Amino acid sequence: MPAAQIKVPGGGRITIPHYPVDRVGTTERANSFTKRSIKTESKLDALYLALSMVDLTTLEGSDTPGKVRQLCGKALRPMPPAMVEQIEKEIGKKIRPIPSVAAVCVYPSQIATAAKHLRGTSVELASVATAFPSGQLPADLKLEDVKRAIKLGATEIDMVINRDAFLRGDFQTVFDEVVAVKDICSDEAHLKVILETGELQTYDKIRFASWLSMEAGADFIKTSTGKATENATLANTLVMLQAIQDFYDDRGRMVGMKPAGGIRTAKQAIQYLVMVKETLGNEWLTPQWFRFGASVLLNDLLRQIMKQYTGRYFDNHYFSLD
Amino acid sequence: MGGRALETSTAKKKTKIPQNGTVVETKSGFKYEYSPAPESKSIVKIKPRYELFINGRFTKPIAGKYFKTINPSTGEPLSEVAEAGANDVDLAVKAARNAYDKTWSKISAKDRGRYLYRIARILQERAREFAVLESLDNGKPIKESRDVDIPLAAAHFFYHAGWTDKLNYAFPGAKISALGVAGQVIPWNFPLLMAAWKIAPSLATGNTVVLKPAETTPLTALLLCEIFQQAELPDGVVNIITGAGATGASLVSHGDVNKVAFTGSTEVGKKIASAIAGTNKRITLELGGKSANIVFEDAALDQAVEGVVQGIFFNQGHVCCAGSRALVEESISEVFIKKLKRRMQQLRIGDPLDKNTDIGAINSFEQLEKIKELVEVGKSEGDFFEPNTRLPSKGYFHKPCFFNNVSAAATISRVEVFGPVLSVQTFRTPQEAITKANDTPYGLAAGIWSEKGSKVHEVASKLKAGVVWANTYNKFDPTAPFGGYYESGFGREGGIHGLSAYLEIK
Repeated sequence: MPAAQIKVPGGGRITIPHYPVDRVGTTERANSFTKRSIKTESKLDALYLALSMVDLTTLEGSDTPGKVRQLCGKALRPMPPAMVEQIEKEIGKKIRPIPSVAAVCVYPSQIATAAKHLRGTSVELASVATAFPSGQLPADLKLEDVKRAIKLGATEIDMVINRDAFLRGDFQTVFDEVVAVKDICSDEAHLKVILETGELQTYDKIRFASWLSMEAGADFIKTSTGKATENATLANTLVMLQAIQDFYDDRGRMVGMKPAGGIRTAKQAIQYLVMVKETLGNEWLTPQWFRFGASVLLNDLLRQIMKQYTGRYFDNHYFSLD
Repeated sequence: MGGRALETSTAKKKTKIPQNGTVVETKSGFKYEYSPAPESKSIVKIKPRYELFINGRFTKPIAGKYFKTINPSTGEPLSEVAEAGANDVDLAVKAARNAYDKTWSKISAKDRGRYLYRIARILQERAREFAVLESLDNGKPIKESRDVDIPLAAAHFFYHAGWTDKLNYAFPGAKISALGVAGQVIPWNFPLLMAAWKIAPSLATGNTVVLKPAETTPLTALLLCEIFQQAELPDGVVNIITGAGATGASLVSHGDVNKVAFTGSTEVGKKIASAIAGTNKRITLELGGKSANIVFEDAALDQAVEGVVQGIFFNQGHVCCAGSRALVEESISEVFIKKLKRRMQQLRIGDPLDKNTDIGAINSFEQLEKIKELVEVGKSEGDFFEPNTRLPSKGYFHKPCFFNNVSAAATISRVEVFGPVLSVQTFRTPQEAITKANDTPYGLAAGIWSEKGSKVHEVASKLKAGVVWANTYNKFDPTAPFGGYYESGFGREGGIHGLSAYLEIK
């Protein structure tokens, strides 16, 4: 990707730098994080941390208020206290309280239901917007999508970049759309910008789109919608983490990271945390700066936490489906 | 590397921060340190004493002398090992000659291949045992012995097994024959792997072997003898004799050795070369290096930093082809150094058997002292950096470090340290990079980091080094020839090219 000049609001130009990424080296480095062996106390810590970073997500055509209500219940209290107490009695020691997840993530039409259950709690309400997942709607409708989402009570907006414009080289349009959405979000909502890495394909493009989104005001950058054939991988997340690091060095602003789609097991989640720790450092290891877009991951985290305490694996149906 | 500001403008602007305050940070948790994850030692049974392996049997040394081998991560002895005198060496060479005359030169090429395949398979089956023993005796992290040393050693046996019955095709138009007895002396940095590099091609080409492992790391070569027995390799085809320099000297100067192969220091290599001058012995030497890793301004920078780090800190820098000189284009040197420091801060130094250890122990007290001495010299020659990490309280450990802004004339950019020590120089043009890379008495390896293919090819063709890697480093493969220019030695090992060193080609 050659460097590109972008006009910024209020006059002036910025450069989105040319920054090549080598695929072989990136994959090797990403794989090296899977070789870390996280055991005992570190493992328990990492499992709790991962749990607190989950954006518990349902993004299906079949979503209904009933489904969303259930999901909110699970988000707030992933495991019933009575069950925890029972296990505590069995093992004769206290279990560290199970935290709520970071957020619930839904389609705009489910915001009202989710808001009813999440208002006044620590769990954020994230809504996808801007004609998620394709982004193939006129710009004014995409902005309207965002406005209504915030009005209905979304505290976080997960927008998609305009891949139509990006892939034909019109980076100004991509930039302007993110800026416009950021303006609407202002202080009311946190903005996550989805690159849809599976459609950008090359690491050069992922790196470039990361920088473009951060320059445009993204609070978080996010790999994917979960709807593409390839979603989050360690390698594409690494490319984005390195972009976040360089952006921080250059601009002095921390940006968060959210890999989404395909992270189903606690083991995978810990590999991501290891990567964040060894790339960006502990400062990013909080739900404020790192999230997992996931659904089934939550139950595997619970299973592994209980395994750490009891030494045995609980059957899947000990944990509610949603 | 000062601490990064936690609160930034964005952080403050955010009105609602998730308050899942139930995650308690402990001083020993994930964020602070990874809990120890040691590989179990119970898979290896270390004997209290090891004998010489001559003619298929473990044999006591004639003089009855033994020396200790140490675990460098604790400084405590692991076992004691027989010291072979000249008489023992003579017995071993006789056994090898006898095996060559009576069995090894008589059996079919296909059968030689069968033995090699068998050795390779058993080595794979017992890989974990070898990995643990290698890390105990050498000090290298289990991550490397498990993922690099042992699998590559097996790969060398597999690869050469395939050549045994195809040698006529390797040298079309020529008649080939084995040389006889090969006397081989190997270093302590990759003990088992170097044994495989030497033994596999010798056997594949029909030679028999007397091999001397380094005195600080004899155990995996001796365990390999168990595999030879398990594989029912005919007696005397491979003999392993242990001892220090004197043992090696009597082996290479023995009158009935037809071929000498040595991997080790340039100093010893020169002695060997002059000792056998005028004899009928064939020789290959794989010696030291001061290899350059050239980072151009159009490189994929994060991957180049990673490559430089792996290039020099892999195996504690105990690698003959280690990229010990980073040559960085001046226009990117500042950001390169910043990223290098940050990456080095993440290297985990400690117990070699811990699966999370990136940098293990220096192999011996003597080597550690030598490294320390050179680092002291370096401190007056360039800007010194070492990460802010703690070393284990016992054992032989050295932090990874580098010297920035050193001149090409500095000790630290000319002398091989053979430790986790990098020197960094800058350059302005590709021509200057080539000149600087070639400005060394060595010529073993080099790395080029650039996203521009035409530049990579042009520079690679002008580097005087036996191995040139582009956008990667320290990649080893039995199919690729390895060896050096100048004081890095001569001859090639590996690939079709390595076979000729063990063959008479008419």
